[in-house]
Amino acid sequence: MIPLLFAAFAAVLVVSSLLVILHRNPVTSALFLVLAFCSLAALYLLLGAEFVGMVQVIVYAGAIMVLFLFVILYLNLGHDVEGGVQIALRRGLGWVLVAEGAMLLARGLALGPETPQSPPPPGGNTRAIGLLLYSRYLFPFEITSLVLLVAMVGAIVITRGRTTPAGPTRAAAPRAAAPPAAPAAGPPDTEPADVPAEEVHA
Amino acid sequence: VIPLPWLLLLSAVVFAIGVVGVLVRRNALVIFMSVELMLNAANLAFVAFARHLNSLDGQIVVFFVMTVAAAEVAVGLAIIVNLFRLRETVFVDEVNLLKG
Repeated sequence: MIPLLFAAFAAVLVVSSLLVILHRNPVTSALFLVLAFCSLAALYLLLGAEFVGMVQVIVYAGAIMVLFLFVILYLNLGHDVEGGVQIALRRGLGWVLVAEGAMLLARGLALGPETPQSPPPPGGNTRAIGLLLYSRYLFPFEITSLVLLVAMVGAIVITRGRTTPAGPTRAAAPRAAAPPAAPAAGPPDTEPADVPAEEVHA
Repeated sequence: VIPLPWLLLLSAVVFAIGVVGVLVRRNALVIFMSVELMLNAANLAFVAFARHLNSLDGQIVVFFVMTVAAAEVAVGLAIIVNLFRLRETVFVDEVNLLKG
């Protein structure tokens, strides 16, 4: 049973990895990468690494790929050209998956909860990793937080709109418009300031 | 149980696919995805050895690799967004300012 599952997930992993680098559309590449990460998570589960499998799904398939897709869509790189046949095919596939899920659910409800042969140890793999992470690997674990902090600050600093040599960008435009509005908002009591304020708002 | 050579072979295949992706593709985002594939192939090898040697250290290393990958993706995508703002492209062939 386990070699069979391994073969299936390995095949999915290799095929979806190939499609990541072969497909023309970056959005499709990203979605195949999600599939590759999910099959990798299944392989981790087969290897008894439950915590790593969970983190794989949450961090990679959840966070990192959402970031990728966000950037692809933000830069408007996914040029999707397809006809009605593909959409109909996709919709049919979706309904098949829904039916299969409903069937599995119904069968699981009909059979009732199956009794496990041997109850797993409490906490299991996650507990062991946590104990190791907070004892022997405590210092690297703390360094990890520093790495994440530096990455966060770096990403924010890099993406902040600086004025480019090519000219004022969209990010620089509000800053250029701000100084005329500030004096009008600053001294509201003085009479001469009211006239420009009216002009600014009009 | 799954034999170790199979897992190492699978890891090597995925790593090779990632290398080919980095070398062949010209879209910076797809190159980044290929780098992610390579990191994941290394993770698979770590987990396989952790299983083989019956120790949890390999899984801890995978945790650290994932952290570094997340940091790398955040900074790298920020650089790509900035590049797109500057040059209106994400194709690495057209970004040759540092080329002699």
